[in-house]
Amino acid sequence: MPDADKAKRDADFAELYRAHLKDVYSYAYYRVGNHHDAEDLTEQTFLQAYRHFERAQAESDGRPMRPWLIRIAHNLAANLYRDRSRKPQTSIEDSETLSATHTTEDLVEGRDELARILEGVKELPDDRREALIMRFALGMDNREIARAMGRTDGATKVLLHRAIKQLEEIVATQSGGR
Amino acid sequence: MSSDTFGDFEHLLKRALTPVEPPADLGLRLESTLTELTELAQDELESWELGAMRDPRNWVRPVAAAAIGTTAGAALVLLRVRQQHRRRAARSSGPIDLAERTLHAVADETRRILDR
Repeated sequence: MPDADKAKRDADFAELYRAHLKDVYSYAYYRVGNHHDAEDLTEQTFLQAYRHFERAQAESDGRPMRPWLIRIAHNLAANLYRDRSRKPQTSIEDSETLSATHTTEDLVEGRDELARILEGVKELPDDRREALIMRFALGMDNREIARAMGRTDGATKVLLHRAIKQLEEIVATQSGGR
Repeated sequence: MSSDTFGDFEHLLKRALTPVEPPADLGLRLESTLTELTELAQDELESWELGAMRDPRNWVRPVAAAAIGTTAGAALVLLRVRQQHRRRAARSSGPIDLAERTLHAVADETRRILDR
């Protein structure tokens, strides 16, 4: 590949990195539940993305690259759990997560409620939890989520609907029991 | 469930799953590594297999003990690593070895600056 092409590709990748570092980190954090593993997962995601960027860019046909990045993170997270044969050790620690990620105003207004929701998210099946992270933490639309998860748009819409419904039931049960 | 209730719940869900800012040192570390990788020639990259260095903790994690601190510090790391690129290339047994040597060099130089 000529140097000019490589320079252009590197510049494009730098732009992708700057635009989506926070997305990848947010996904990683809510997926693995702690900052240490989230940092590792984010690093691995971008290194692997760089390795395959040329082909992915060619195949993207102008579509957003974010679903591709999140899919890499998703696959790496799955490998992480498979290698360690475990679930997150500190899955979305409620008190730490709330104080680390939320404004004082948020906390004053509804700390208990937000904590119950985070607790409920932990209890969801993996695919439903991931879909919610992509929708609400990353602001991805149905089409982007579908591409990241390798599903159809319709299946993704159903998945999200069921995830929200199940989470709402979990939270209602928690609230009723207190 | 009414649609209003569903809407309220989604609003709460959005507040609960607020985006998380990456630590500043992660950004600096990752930018250093990526910048150095872009310095590798295309033929070196083509046979670079990520499997050879699957766990970044092996070569980058030692740096995580402390932030690089300043952009100037990160720039100094890159400058030194780039200056030594030819020597590493001469010593390396192949592209994978060169990539690993480069990544180790980034970590070593960063550590050296942090130890000052």
